[in-house]
Amino acid sequence: MTKETTDVCPVVIELVGVEKNFDSQKVLAGVDLRVCEGTTTVIVGGSGEGKSVILKHMLGLVKPDAGQVKIFDRDIAKATARELKDVRRDFGVLFQNVALFDSMTIFDNVALPLRERTHDSPQQIAIRVEELFDMMDLPGVGAKYPAQLSGGMQKRVGLARALSLNPKIVFFDEPTTGLDVHKSNEMYRLFHHTQARVGYTAVIVSHDVPKIFKLSDQVALLAKGVIQGQLSPEEFQRSENPLIREFVETTMGPIYSSEREESAL
Amino acid sequence: MFFLFEKIGDHILYYLDYAGRITIFLGQCLCRVITPPYKIFPVLQQINFIGARSIFVIFFTGGFTGMVLALQGYYTLRKFGSEGLLGSAVALSLLRELGPVLAALMVIGRAGSAITAEIGIMRNTEQIDALECMAVDPLRYLMAPKFIAAVISMPLLTAIFDVVGIFGGYLVGGLMLGVNGGTYFQGMYHSVDWNDIEMGLIKSLVFGLLIVWISTAKGYFLNWERGGGFGAEGVSRTTTSSVVLASVTVLVWDYLLSAILL
Repeated sequence: MTKETTDVCPVVIELVGVEKNFDSQKVLAGVDLRVCEGTTTVIVGGSGEGKSVILKHMLGLVKPDAGQVKIFDRDIAKATARELKDVRRDFGVLFQNVALFDSMTIFDNVALPLRERTHDSPQQIAIRVEELFDMMDLPGVGAKYPAQLSGGMQKRVGLARALSLNPKIVFFDEPTTGLDVHKSNEMYRLFHHTQARVGYTAVIVSHDVPKIFKLSDQVALLAKGVIQGQLSPEEFQRSENPLIREFVETTMGPIYSSEREESAL
Repeated sequence: MFFLFEKIGDHILYYLDYAGRITIFLGQCLCRVITPPYKIFPVLQQINFIGARSIFVIFFTGGFTGMVLALQGYYTLRKFGSEGLLGSAVALSLLRELGPVLAALMVIGRAGSAITAEIGIMRNTEQIDALECMAVDPLRYLMAPKFIAAVISMPLLTAIFDVVGIFGGYLVGGLMLGVNGGTYFQGMYHSVDWNDIEMGLIKSLVFGLLIVWISTAKGYFLNWERGGGFGAEGVSRTTTSSVVLASVTVLVWDYLLSAILL
């Protein structure tokens, strides 16, 4: 999405000049990012660049040293605990290690947000959980514990839990890490299917390039502590920014922009 | 020299910061305990875990404590020809001092360590972050039921400890060493008054609160532990330090409460 279109779209998440240091190490050095409603924004970058740190800022788990983190126009960096809780009511999160409650059954894991945040009866909750299990192709797992499931199934349970309250924004931290190609494709299919059904805004941190480009409306590269560019996947792959170009070439192979360059090889 | 001052200052700042964190944590947890919504089932679950499942160990330690008190007491009292005071000696020792303290130490070992490990693992595996991101307050959901359960369970466990201890003392004093049963219980009846029971009750309530506070706070602030509270080793180290800190705190507070209430 170009600059002009982001100006007119309804922005749900906006990071302005976010800086963060851990001890003496500067991780984020002025991150600017805008996420439009209903779109999918993918944050890419090398390992250890701070992609997950950006996500933690959006979730309100980490406070920035400087800058603003606006969710629905509310700066959560300065929000009180109560305000933050209000903002998080619209969140769904799929953590990198899924973070399922390991001493609870799968059913209880998915039912927990419904039990704690709604006044639904146990019957209504059971129906909703079964509906989510059906959506995620998870038949007969309700009585099992997270440790008894495969990595791919755990991710699907995590997605079911994240979507249980029909959130407006869903955050994915490396949703396909540790999964084989088949299971990754299955996750992407479920993502596509659920987003079409629920219509949530998605923020994905991933290094599964180029596959993740197919799902994204916007791709942002984090390098040297700043967002080097937030562009559509096509623009991203054609970008002249040397860091983006280097990233694309490293992950997707060389890009030949002219006949002269190609014939020189 | 400058390095030494820097080190000392760094330590002081760290402990002040940590003390501040866990004090605010205590206040926040107590707020969650007294404000609605109230959920009964999680509290019952925790009473079962902290209280009911500790009864067996409390029963045994209480029994043997009473028995050894009677044995030692009889040996000492016989020197003065005062075997008749055995019941009073056993009951007063248990009610005022040994009951609350030993029951608290048993609960620290059995439930306090488990609470620190459970919360610590939840912190390490981002389960607490997951709760926060779901807009579920971890203090209300995880901590508040434990606080209520500990404060309810501790006085009851202490009462069981005392009663079993008194009968353990009777078993040794009355049935094995030949002290008259009537004298044993009559002496107790005359020497124990409400103040003694009240002291034990207050101590057990305070110990219950201290145990659950330290155990939960240590787990909750696992990542702020000095030397790193990460991974399995971090959890094990923090659990150990939680048990040590809770035990020492209980003994220090035992002295303070005795000095205040006497």
